Amino acid sequence: MTEEIICAGFGGQGIMILGKLMAYSAMRKNFNVTWMPSYGAEVRGGTAHCMVVISDKEVASPVISLYDTAIIMNKPSLDKFIGKIRPKGTLILNSSLVDGKIKRKDISVLRIPFTDIAHKLGNIRVANVIAFGVYMSKKKLFSKEIAKKGITIAFGGNKELVSLNIRALEEGLKVV
Amino acid sequence: MKKQKSKKVHLMTGNEAVGEAAVRAGCGLYAGYPITPQNELTAFMSKRMTEKGRAFIQSESELAAISMVFGASVAGVRTMTSSSSPGISLKQEGISYLAGCKLPAVIVNVMRGGPGLGNIAPSQADYFQATKGGGHGDYRMIVLAPSSAQESMDFTISSFDLADKYRMPVMVLTDGMLGQMMEPVRLPVMQQPSSANQKPWALTGAKGRNPRFIKSLFLKPGELEGFNKLLQRTYKEIEKKEVRYEALGCSRAELIVVAYGSASRIARASVKDLRKNKKHIGLFRPITLWPFPEKVLKRLTKKAKKVLVVEMSSGQMLEDVRLAVGDDSKISFYGRMGGGIPAKEEIDKEILKCLR
Repeated sequence: MTEEIICAGFGGQGIMILGKLMAYSAMRKNFNVTWMPSYGAEVRGGTAHCMVVISDKEVASPVISLYDTAIIMNKPSLDKFIGKIRPKGTLILNSSLVDGKIKRKDISVLRIPFTDIAHKLGNIRVANVIAFGVYMSKKKLFSKEIAKKGITIAFGGNKELVSLNIRALEEGLKVV
Repeated sequence: MKKQKSKKVHLMTGNEAVGEAAVRAGCGLYAGYPITPQNELTAFMSKRMTEKGRAFIQSESELAAISMVFGASVAGVRTMTSSSSPGISLKQEGISYLAGCKLPAVIVNVMRGGPGLGNIAPSQADYFQATKGGGHGDYRMIVLAPSSAQESMDFTISSFDLADKYRMPVMVLTDGMLGQMMEPVRLPVMQQPSSANQKPWALTGAKGRNPRFIKSLFLKPGELEGFNKLLQRTYKEIEKKEVRYEALGCSRAELIVVAYGSASRIARASVKDLRKNKKHIGLFRPITLWPFPEKVLKRLTKKAKKVLVVEMSSGQMLEDVRLAVGDDSKISFYGRMGGGIPAKEEIDKEILKCLR
């Protein structure tokens, strides 16, 4: 099994953390895993993305050109990456910020209003963790306990942030 | 499914792994100047070294950084500096002086595209500079090439030991991909900073003893040649004792793929995949780029019909492979340059072309 994932959105949407939560959870399930950030001449408000490879084999390259799953949080990222999702791949799309038709018929599309759900939870910045929950319930690669541990580590023990993000995770797990 | 040996794995970038390794190897002073794609290493050290009460200096330039490392090394302290390609070019004078004074130090090059300022994408185009002496004079540097975050950690620890053992600069040669990428890493034990007393040559203040003298200037007739001979003896010993490599299925291979670092990760996936189709392919991965594993490669490639060298450069290690193999008609090369990373499919194609 090898799963190649891209997470993409605006800078500030927590794209890097989203990828790291995946990588951490996969690592705790004893998978081989790599996480690779986009690092170019990035600008604030521009697009950011990271690539995660989860595999039961050694990971060859952390830099991937085709994706099994794409978690897309904004419109520019959709335009950039839609053509690179493998046939039969999965597109998890933030429908709060991206509307319009998806022309590809060979991929499965999950449209979820992550930003709206996050807004209802009280902080639009947890949209990423809701997306993480959706990915988890779709792929069933790792357990809720491990994901919660990942969140606790990622948010450095800040109790308020940890509990908010755990609520976001639970919300994400319920959506699909 | 591959199980991790210990539960205590940490998700770390290659850059952080190098930094943590230096701390654990007892590095007493780190000096560096920021440059992408190794910035995380300098940033990591600024936090971690101060936490441990060790010296961290963000220097005013690369030249200052390597000179600070020189100073720490003279005083018997384990010390490291890091940079990426253009910054490593600036450090060459200092590296030559370290070699000329027989001083141990660890230098990390997280390679990026070149020449000139190039770009900030991963590259392997500094092989010549690292292995053939980027600075002036008849000197060598042990060069270790990791291919994962775990190896970035393990080889950095080795570098400190080798540097002290042979009293010479040692380079850890990684690239933007290995530096930026996060992978699970198991941590080695924490060592205390070594005391200068363990280095009988270190300059520690001459109170109660005769002064010592460390220099690279030898003006008396024949004096410098004598010193050069001494260095060469050390290098010969290293060539005998410290060669490291990995050979995967090479003994009965029809084709041997030779690659190191990032390129070897991708080549390994190709080799493993194509071996499933009963293809007799091996992977040879030099771990020490100097000393280059020349003898073993010569032996292994004797029976092979073809040798394919894969690099993220125009073909720099290729020259060492040609010297080792001694038959150019066997050798093919596939390279990407300027930050290009070969996809597994590209290497598959090249391998199949060689087997045709």
